[in-house]
Amino acid sequence: MASASTDLPAVVVDGVSKNFRLPREQVHTLKERALHPFRNPGHDDLLALRDVSFMVRKGEFFGICGRNGSGKSTLLKCLAGIYSTDHGRIWINGRMSTFIELGVGFNLDLPARDNVLINATMLGLSPREARKRFDAVMDFSELHDYAELKLKNYSSGMLVRLAFAVMIQVDAEVMLIDEVLAVGDASFQQKCFEEFENIRARGCTVLLVTHDMPSVQRFCDRAMLLEHGQMIVTGDTDVVGNRYLELNFSEEARAEAAGRDANETSDGVDEETDMRFGDGRAEIVRAWFEDADGRETELLQAPARATIAAEVRFHADVQDPMFTFNVANYANNQLFGGASTFTEPHPGLFRAGETVIYRIGFDNVLHQDRYALTASVQVGHEMLDYRVRLASAMVHNLHDSGSLIELPYTVSIERDISAESLA
Amino acid sequence: MTVSTAPPPDTPATLPNLAEIEEQLGRPIEGPSATGGDLHRLAHLTWTLGTTDFKLKFFGSVLGYLWQIMRPLLLFGVLFLVFSVFLDLGADIEYYPAALLLGIVLYTFLSETTSGSVRSLVTRETLVRKVQFPRLAVPLSVSLTALFNLGLNFIPVLVFLLVLGGTPMWSWLEMPFLVAALGFFALGLSMSLSALFVRYRDVEPIWDVTLQAMFYASPVIYPINQLLDNPQYETLGHWLIRLNPFATILQQARHAFIAPSHMTAAEAVGGAAWLLVPASITVVVIVLGFRIFNRAAPRVAEEL
Repeated sequence: MASASTDLPAVVVDGVSKNFRLPREQVHTLKERALHPFRNPGHDDLLALRDVSFMVRKGEFFGICGRNGSGKSTLLKCLAGIYSTDHGRIWINGRMSTFIELGVGFNLDLPARDNVLINATMLGLSPREARKRFDAVMDFSELHDYAELKLKNYSSGMLVRLAFAVMIQVDAEVMLIDEVLAVGDASFQQKCFEEFENIRARGCTVLLVTHDMPSVQRFCDRAMLLEHGQMIVTGDTDVVGNRYLELNFSEEARAEAAGRDANETSDGVDEETDMRFGDGRAEIVRAWFEDADGRETELLQAPARATIAAEVRFHADVQDPMFTFNVANYANNQLFGGASTFTEPHPGLFRAGETVIYRIGFDNVLHQDRYALTASVQVGHEMLDYRVRLASAMVHNLHDSGSLIELPYTVSIERDISAESLA
Repeated sequence: MTVSTAPPPDTPATLPNLAEIEEQLGRPIEGPSATGGDLHRLAHLTWTLGTTDFKLKFFGSVLGYLWQIMRPLLLFGVLFLVFSVFLDLGADIEYYPAALLLGIVLYTFLSETTSGSVRSLVTRETLVRKVQFPRLAVPLSVSLTALFNLGLNFIPVLVFLLVLGGTPMWSWLEMPFLVAALGFFALGLSMSLSALFVRYRDVEPIWDVTLQAMFYASPVIYPINQLLDNPQYETLGHWLIRLNPFATILQQARHAFIAPSHMTAAEAVGGAAWLLVPASITVVVIVLGFRIFNRAAPRVAEEL
């Protein structure tokens, strides 16, 4: 490992490929080998990484994102030196430590003291350094009183705290971290987040592997996106985050469309989907969703501005028509609706043969789900055209509280300081 | 919906060109290997893993330390009863009980080292798959634990010898070298066995049987004189010692530690020149073992 030099990037990856050979038939015993000495069962190649190249600057917080099976963990293991690469070269500039799992080498039958020493040695400290930092580890984890307690008597929360504390104390210049954030109770997680800020402040280079976009956007300066072992995009976390969502949703939308087609062929046309009535003086030709940039899409990012649009053709002269819409979620709960009358009660006379597009913009705070659009054109109580579920879109919301909507909110905490000082 | 396929360019403004900095970067990292190129770390890890295992054995059970000594002692008790009391074997051998126990203790060391390391890489799977470290630390730590146990087991041998009337001799100083030779031989076997087991699971039963055969093929129970004094078996006796480094080392250990009346290894193989045979076998076992392990090391994490 080269000594740390300031102007060089901390991590350089140049054209790395990794191929796993999966034997078709496991030949596991010498007996099988002896009985069938000339049988070559062959193997399947699984190209886990294809020609991946990137650089990470010193002091940068870099996210490696991808869905399950995209090769992100393989990449991490190649960087960590756990897997050998088939092609390409990797440079790590500075002392590196890997955290693929918290508490590697922990033995539940030994007291915390021994385990801290083992774990720290596994992560790269010499036994002497490990002993020196033992107190700091116990301070951070707040487990000083339990130093001689066997780990099997620890709660899982205490274990995580101990493991994280060791990891922090290893003092690596380049840290490779694999989704270890998603553990521990809320207060400890908060502490870990703070510690991540500290790591940043210390000028540590961190590579974080995760599929959790919010934590990438929270911590990382830059990120890269892997899919099928290939680098799709490298750069700003927002760019990467959006691509990641697109990727996820294009897949989901495809799967859903396939499911819908299968339903229709087996059950015939869903009557509710096709429901439509009206006297025909106007016709809703089609409707769609638009994203914040005004592009037609079936995939809406939230929270963001979104627009519902519909194209209407008039077959007769109509005075002051009203355009309405309704949005329902996948379970067919009506979530919200609106009509043009409230803002434009008298749009005027529309001539036969005229085509209009009406748009309704809204702040999209919808929960992650698929939404269907129902639209109508009417005059007073006379229905000209009414079409149920004529368009649909997926919404992906960065916030996920599990509610139907994700309203933006603020929090304030007011404390009575004088009362506290009295106590 | 459209998903563009061309990746937007990275922000290269401040990222250097690889060709320009390649020189300064030095050597790219190497993948996993047997020694990891860092012998300090190998030593640290071996020590930590080895002492941990030893501690666990000690503190894991109530009688911890006693069990460690009990195993060779029990085997000794049975063998002594059968062969010495019932069959009256070794009556003319000086300090036969101590010699028998020494044989058992050394055999236990060989067996613990090798059988213990067969599964070692598989047992340490989480480490191997989750951390970068010199892979050799795994079988090495098994040998280290066995070495600690050997130290403990020597205590009863010493007690027996002194009780039977043996006296300290200068030749005891040979013992560390003999143990070291046996340790290298065992380590060589361990390296091949642990690496091969990852791919071929029947290494384990094969080695169990081999180890049993080695016990009876070595003069642990019977004194080697029994064979060598009988013209019919003399050649066989010589070759048994020559081809088995464990037997050679055991014979020399008896001469050096128990009493000078025990045959030296050189006498047992039929002349000092013949010692080259077990010596070269040991060297081959180590070199071959290291090469097998070294070849397997980079891919162990994937194949487990």
